[in-house]
Amino acid sequence: MATERLVRASGIRPDEFTVGVFARRHRYHPLEALPWVVALAAVIVFPDYLPLGSQILATILFALSADLVLGYAGIVTLGHAAFFGTGAYTAGILAANGWGEPLTGLLAGALAAGLVGFLSGLVVLRTTGLPLLMQTLVVATLLHEAANKASSITGGDDGLQGMEVWPIFGIFRFDLFGRTAYAYCLVVLFVCWWLARRLVHSPFGRSLTGIRENVRRMHAIGAPVVHRRLVIYTVSAALAGISGALIAQTTQFVGLTSLSLDRSGTVLIMLIIGGVGQLYGAFIGVPLYMVAQDRFSEIDPVYWYFWIGLLMVVVVVFARGGVLGLFDRFRR
Amino acid sequence: MNTPALETRGLYKSFGALTVANAVDFRLDLGARHALIGPNGAGKTTFVELVTGALRPNAGQIRLDGADVTSLPQAARVKRGLVRTFQITALFRRLSVLENVTLPICERQGIAGDLFHPAGHHRAAIEEAHALLERLGLDDEALRPVYLLAYGRQRLVEIAVSLALSPKVLLLDEPAAGVPSGESGMIIEAIERLPQDIALLIIEHDMDLVFRVAQRITVLVQGSVLVEGSPEAIAADREVRRVYLGERAPA
Repeated sequence: MATERLVRASGIRPDEFTVGVFARRHRYHPLEALPWVVALAAVIVFPDYLPLGSQILATILFALSADLVLGYAGIVTLGHAAFFGTGAYTAGILAANGWGEPLTGLLAGALAAGLVGFLSGLVVLRTTGLPLLMQTLVVATLLHEAANKASSITGGDDGLQGMEVWPIFGIFRFDLFGRTAYAYCLVVLFVCWWLARRLVHSPFGRSLTGIRENVRRMHAIGAPVVHRRLVIYTVSAALAGISGALIAQTTQFVGLTSLSLDRSGTVLIMLIIGGVGQLYGAFIGVPLYMVAQDRFSEIDPVYWYFWIGLLMVVVVVFARGGVLGLFDRFRR
Repeated sequence: MNTPALETRGLYKSFGALTVANAVDFRLDLGARHALIGPNGAGKTTFVELVTGALRPNAGQIRLDGADVTSLPQAARVKRGLVRTFQITALFRRLSVLENVTLPICERQGIAGDLFHPAGHHRAAIEEAHALLERLGLDDEALRPVYLLAYGRQRLVEIAVSLALSPKVLLLDEPAAGVPSGESGMIIEAIERLPQDIALLIIEHDMDLVFRVAQRITVLVQGSVLVEGSPEAIAADREVRRVYLGERAPA
């Protein structure tokens, strides 16, 4: 093998070489800068599309949070909107009731969603597979109905109106062109991505992969599987809450759809298009889906869902593992 | 008499009308090389599941190094040095061999809950994993995903994963199951070279392996201990021959 010859020639002992390769897996690859370069370039290339851009950035965070539970811990959920919506309503209700400071709004959204994630996780994570799927669905539906009934606080079916979001740090106003909102979403996404990346490369993150790959073995090596799943479910819920709060603050509106099954399902579709369990699926799938949605709905306002469906079929039939899966296949 | 490494007293388990463990009294001495044999459906794997805590007994007691662990969860028993392997290979198939062994080492050292530092910074754990692979002759394939390995080699990884937990009591559930006869030699060799202080219980069908490794044999039939003794005594036992060869006892 070529590497073997290389190793021998370099004078490094083979065991040191192997351990070294393994220990350096968390180092940054130049390609990982690509999403951020694209996001910055988009400001110059598509200055008129910044509001859509902010939505895309915030939704990437939502899909990233879903990837942590689905892709890494193998928890299949159809109720991730519960956390997104909780974050959105928390930030929204604060801003509509006289507290429009954005960063504390985000934090409140994260805490509220994390709490919902922790409490519901205590119950739903006792199961796996289909029962788990149904229970996550139930949690989101319950919250959806609760938000619908509590219309005096949430605005019910009409959505939450009258949000007033203050300038960031008291300086940067949310302008009409969406520049501030775009920068805000980009910075928040970057920080959350950095945290998520640290997490998946940590021993904890590797043990999650172990749980996904073989839960029986994880029990047999003495891992507290239930506890680990609860931790990642809570972290993921908090990140989803930040994503919801971002969208609430940048659009100054929260609707019941933020808690809907539609939203839980769509984020999975976006993630699957991009590729599950590789941290970057969200960065590919979400822009692809949302740009396609934007284009299709302009070209064909009535039947645009058909084209989205067709896109999904193409991915499932020809690109298992999503777009990232395709790249992997070409590399080999 | 010194305290056994593992002991069960009156272990009883039934699924409805089916009794799978019937008052099993069993004792595994420190550093023992003990085999548990019996025909299919005798309850050998059930016994492993009961002892490790994957199943709960209806009655009876499990003692590890003298302490009652009957009500402890599986993970707590592992922490006390009770480790098993699986009859059907249960590895992280898509992960590398090295990772398969590093994960249990991280669990044992209590660093697996670390959320923030890169796993690669725990270099001592990785080096220990690699040293273990060298001992078992698996180091040349350390970075390959497990599913690419020959099945016999996968069985060795199965043993490596359990050794990574520094077991005091090791339960090998059919370590040579499914291994082509050409490769079973390397499994036997690996078992023979296990540290002497590990109390070893081998559940196995392969009689070559059993008689080469075991110093004591327990025969389990329909959830009960039929007989226990030295390999010579077991080989000569008429009752055992009847059970294994299907001879009918003379009326």
